Amino acid sequence: MSKDSNFIFNQTPQVLQKKKYCRFKKHGIKYIDFKDGEFLLKFVNEQGKILPRRITGTSLKYQRKISVAIKRARHIALLPFVADGLK
Amino acid sequence: MNTNHYETVIILTPVLSEQQMKDAVAGFRELITGNGGELVHEENWGLTKLAYPIQKKGTGFYHLFEFKANPEFIKSFELVFRRDERILRYLTVKLDRWGVDFNQRKRNGELRTVTPQGEKVIVKKKIVLEEAML
Repeated sequence: MSKDSNFIFNQTPQVLQKKKYCRFKKHGIKYIDFKDGEFLLKFVNEQGKILPRRITGTSLKYQRKISVAIKRARHIALLPFVADGLK
Repeated sequence: MNTNHYETVIILTPVLSEQQMKDAVAGFRELITGNGGELVHEENWGLTKLAYPIQKKGTGFYHLFEFKANPEFIKSFELVFRRDERILRYLTVKLDRWGVDFNQRKRNGELRTVTPQGEKVIVKKKIVLEEAML
């Protein structure tokens, strides 16, 4: 019993420590389209706020681009400024 | 003459009929080509739902222009939009070389098969991982 729980306990931190990465750098994506609201939804929380990069793992360079793209998408009403239960 | 690559998205009132909308769009198209601009691409998204109401309207006709033009032209182009009551919103963006490249690949249908799907797969994996954590 104690052996088992110890096993699980030892395993969990390894899963937690899974390294985050920047998906734009990894796939060589250079441009973020503001017209693709569906895609930008991944970088926004339920209330429509832009997620910090400590959560998404995006590099600073692309986080800036994302934030610009999201703000543009909001202007042309593809994304809401405020929402409740977006996802 | 120096030209830049631009992209303009306009939202027209849903009050217009299909024909009126097409006439309005044709007018703007002529404005671009008539002022030394070169139309690269055009897209009509049709009547689309807005994420939030604009001027108490829940839907709008979206239209996209991609064109090469003189920077001075943009000022007069946007002035036309501001005066026009049929326009709910407009957004003009200057495209950098990556943007031009992206739009071209999107038009050729190269992106549909490569990036978005690849992205979706990654996201699914991520969600599975998060579930495993719980």
